Amino acid sequence: MSRHVACTAAELPPGARKVVEVEGREIALFNVEGRLHALLNRCPHGGAAICAGVITGLAQSDGPGDYRMERRGEFLRCPWHGWEFDMATGQSWCDPRRTKLRNFEVSLEAGADLVRGPYVAERYPVTVEDAYVVVEL
Amino acid sequence: MNAPFVEQKARQTLTIVDCDIHPAHRTPDELLPYLEPHWREHYQTYGVHVRQALSSALMVPRMMAGGMRSDTLPERGGPAGSDLGMLQKQHLDPVNVEFGLLMALSKGGMEERNPAFAAAMSRATNDWQVDRWVRQEPRLRAGIVVPQEFPEAAVAEIERCAGDRRYVQIMISSRPSDPLGHPRYWPIYEAAERAGLPIGLHPVGYNGGHPSTGSGWPTFYLQEHYVFTACMEALATSLIVGGVFERFPNLKFVMVEGGFAWAPALAWRLDGHFEKFRKEVPHLKRRPSEYLREHFWWTTQPIEEPEQSRHLVEIIDWIGWDRLLYSSDYPHWDYDNPSFAFKFPMTEEQRRKIFRDNAFALYRLA
Amino acid sequence: MRLPFAGAIDCDFHPAAPGMPQLLPYLDEYWREQICNRAIDRMSFAMMSYPPNAPISARADWRAATEGAGSLAQVRAQLLDGFGLKFAIANVIHGCVALHNDDMAAAICRAVNEWLRAEWLDREPRLRGSILVGPQDVSQAVAEIERLAPDRRFVQVLMLVMGEKLLGRREFFPIYEAAERHGLAIGVHAGSTYRYAPTIVGWPVYQFEDYVAQAQAFANQTVSLIAEGVFRRFPRLKVVLLESGVSWLPMTMWRTDKTWRGARSEVPWVDRWPSEIIREHIRLSTQPFDATDATAVAQTVDRIGSEEVLLFSTDYPHAQFVGEEALPDGLPHEMLRKVLVENALATYPRLAQDAATPAIADAKEDV
Ligand code: FES
Repeated sequence: MSRHVACTAAELPPGARKVVEVEGREIALFNVEGRLHALLNRCPHGGAAICAGVITGLAQSDGPGDYRMERRGEFLRCPWHGWEFDMATGQSWCDPRRTKLRNFEVSLEAGADLVRGPYVAERYPVTVEDAYVVVEL
Repeated sequence: MNAPFVEQKARQTLTIVDCDIHPAHRTPDELLPYLEPHWREHYQTYGVHVRQALSSALMVPRMMAGGMRSDTLPERGGPAGSDLGMLQKQHLDPVNVEFGLLMALSKGGMEERNPAFAAAMSRATNDWQVDRWVRQEPRLRAGIVVPQEFPEAAVAEIERCAGDRRYVQIMISSRPSDPLGHPRYWPIYEAAERAGLPIGLHPVGYNGGHPSTGSGWPTFYLQEHYVFTACMEALATSLIVGGVFERFPNLKFVMVEGGFAWAPALAWRLDGHFEKFRKEVPHLKRRPSEYLREHFWWTTQPIEEPEQSRHLVEIIDWIGWDRLLYSSDYPHWDYDNPSFAFKFPMTEEQRRKIFRDNAFALYRLA
Repeated sequence: MRLPFAGAIDCDFHPAAPGMPQLLPYLDEYWREQICNRAIDRMSFAMMSYPPNAPISARADWRAATEGAGSLAQVRAQLLDGFGLKFAIANVIHGCVALHNDDMAAAICRAVNEWLRAEWLDREPRLRGSILVGPQDVSQAVAEIERLAPDRRFVQVLMLVMGEKLLGRREFFPIYEAAERHGLAIGVHAGSTYRYAPTIVGWPVYQFEDYVAQAQAFANQTVSLIAEGVFRRFPRLKVVLLESGVSWLPMTMWRTDKTWRGARSEVPWVDRWPSEIIREHIRLSTQPFDATDATAVAQTVDRIGSEEVLLFSTDYPHAQFVGEEALPDGLPHEMLRKVLVENALATYPRLAQDAATPAIADAKEDV
């Protein structure tokens, strides 16, 4: 397990998404209303780059003809076949046990902590004043 | 459903043939320069005349982005599939396409009700395919779109295009007005056989006027997506039972985007009841399954995904590894990426056949 | 193969459909008058799907069974005794359901059901019946179910696989509600009212094609029932596909499962894998099976992935098998008891009760 600075917090404001490469892997970063998600940028189903997915909620129902949207902003719909993934866990809604998007721990860290700590990423010149998105691989 | 995803680099090193790529018009007027002046005016005044209520929307709307991969919108504007550069960058180059077969669905006259206009639109669409796509990207090949409901005009269009090797097949909608074994379509088969071209059957949004099922219309897209297979089953049945292959022994059909896992069960049903109906179809000299195996090819997308992938391997073993042709359906939502769609082990030889060699042989690509 | 033991339940056999003269005693005065004065009693109601003389419609050695009088005796000899059956469910396919006048269709359906009750069920305790209805008039269909439900020898409601609308549609829910409440299964049998061409690509040239296309109709109805959430709304309902063929089912499961994963939000009430819902709620009769050999049968069973789905049937007197080989070769041996007996008992709650009550099951024959 190693921690990597992926980008500055300013590069990933609420509503933004971004693809970064960490240790040779493409990671899709999302900031949904302040919640950060780091997901491997490849759909486990057919290989789509899920960074182009649609952020959505979950359509639920009590029976035929009943529709309601729940959990707004918590799901990512794959840009190809539309499978729905819970962004917090990476699990496919239809098949949570067997189909998962790889997801990674991600957090916002103050530059001051990073400079002190053991996790400084070589490719990022970290400054004390800024905040950073840190991904754990 | 699927084996847990094992991270791997795209392993598509083989060059491949993609048997289903959809080119789109960049603007609604894109076909105009290819139409004769009076048809240009007709089109601008009246538009198309097809057998459904909405002239340019489907009455069972698609799920994803109008039926498109949501990452295929060209940066330069225009609808998905309208930008050659994007097709190259997003699909042809990365998946290593050696040849890509165009399936021009839109406004090709296949479902137009006005016979003369249908013929004009087919001509325009065929010229457009070559001019705007094949001429500019030598990896692409065109399919001759025909006004299928008017066989005389269809034959004329086949004869106009067939000498040009950039057209590698004849394309017919898999939702015709009558089952394709009906003798009224036979002139088309005669022309196809003469030209030495296979016939590709592909669903076209509009239809021959029949509901999607024998019990009327489906409510949801979940149902409408399913009937793509029912078309192919009914057409295979009709072509075989109608005796088309007794009359045209060299004719070849490619079932595009209609699944393939139905083939064994359909053949078993046909063979199983053949004896009882034999006297009704005395023109059949062999069991129906023999015609199915000999005269049909299937493209792979959207590939069936049984919980146990060995079930799909059994199906392919029955159909024959020499009968499947890889297709992507770019830029449609149910696109199959060649590196990920086949979730079962294949030998190198099987891969080569499905991804390349079968299509090379069938379409005589070079 | 032959049945390995006596006591099987045949879920699909056909008494010869009654001619109109046979039904007259079961019609009320108004309809009797209408039918006689309009000479409807001289019309054949033979279905286009089953031309009476076509080889499919009756096995040559059973042909006599289609010839009216004495047919109960033949059913006893050829079917009930011949195969050592415990129960056989009579499905009367009568052409009246194709009439455009819903009132006349409903009146004749009532007569057919009464005829079945009086001339078959009352005379032979091993027989059970299906309530024939025309679903296009939902309220009359429900009324007929309510009328006959107290007679526990009726074990299911019977409809054709091709009608005016797909069977999943919400307007049919009252039929399913009544069936579920009374412990009746819904039987869907091959056949069409030909409101539309039987295929998506239009009218076939040959009868052979029409027959083959029935399998696609069953697949479409299966997808419709799933997509519309019928089993979410009626969790105890079972739908039995009769003379549907079997081997098409796995592909339908695979494809619907896959499409559902992308289209789920369109039908959010479908909250489980379609294949799982199918395995729980849909049943198929075993004749015809539509698999050429034992390997194909075994492959089909393996792909369906459940031992509960298949119900034994002969489809008597239709020509589906030769001699006494009523069971398709290739069914796993350990599944036979389920296919022949237990699955039917689990599908038809009324049969299960009767089977558990010897007094009823062995009631005296009234000859
Ligand atoms: S590639 Fe993501 S759902 Fe198929």
